[in-house]
Amino acid sequence: MKKTRRKSIVFTNFLILFFFWMIFSGKFDAFHLTLGVLSCSLVAWMAADFLITAPSFATIAKQWIGFSKYIPWLLWQIVLANIHVLRLVLSRDMNSRINPQIIKFRSTIKSQMGLVTFANSITLTPGTITVAATTYGDMAIHAIDNESAAPLPGDMEKRIAKIFGE
Amino acid sequence: MIIWISALLIIIGFVFFLGGSLGMIRLPDFYSRLHAAGMLDTMGVFLSMAGLALYVVHDFTLGNFLSALKIILIVVFVFITSPTATHAIVDAGVRAGLKPWTKKN
Repeated sequence: MKKTRRKSIVFTNFLILFFFWMIFSGKFDAFHLTLGVLSCSLVAWMAADFLITAPSFATIAKQWIGFSKYIPWLLWQIVLANIHVLRLVLSRDMNSRINPQIIKFRSTIKSQMGLVTFANSITLTPGTITVAATTYGDMAIHAIDNESAAPLPGDMEKRIAKIFGE
Repeated sequence: MIIWISALLIIIGFVFFLGGSLGMIRLPDFYSRLHAAGMLDTMGVFLSMAGLALYVVHDFTLGNFLSALKIILIVVFVFITSPTATHAIVDAGVRAGLKPWTKKN
């Protein structure tokens, strides 16, 4: 890692950590702010290799813009799926409506972070749980009924692939 | 007015909690019960925490605003950790050799 790049990463880490410090402490006097600056700069320096791993800041900005478009859509899908599972669970003929099954497919997403996002999004959506995911993109999904299994991989995969520029 | 909206959000959140708890009892096996458990900590937590955050900010001060931000951060962290934990539980089941329940048997 280049010296200048490492410096800017440490500085960005510091800004993120200090922002959270201010939210969590809620105290803005000199003593608490000094403590915050000291501990945040120590942690930012030690953890420089962990928090930001993308190759450039332009990539990070692009990913965050992509995420900010993806998260409202994901929340809406979670709401729809939650209502679906709630109605399923409360229905009187539940045993005839459910059809637990494991579906397998190979995802076209290549990047590790993209696969993690995809697997976590699937598990967050009620009705589908990621059972296994490999680094090559092989996924095994446990779905509770046919309706939950139908939309996979589909739209969600395309949207995540778009965030990570594939 | 805001108090009533937040009360409504919390009550709807509790409906999802109730549904998730009933689902954990009613569904047939280990894997499908986790679907109901997943519902608890997505919609249940999301709606009840949104209601609480709204209730806290209705009397707007800096301290209350920071409390509301902390409540929102709880939701963010639950949304990141809960699928990971669910996946770990499913993986433990698969490794132990538990077969999923299907319609045929």
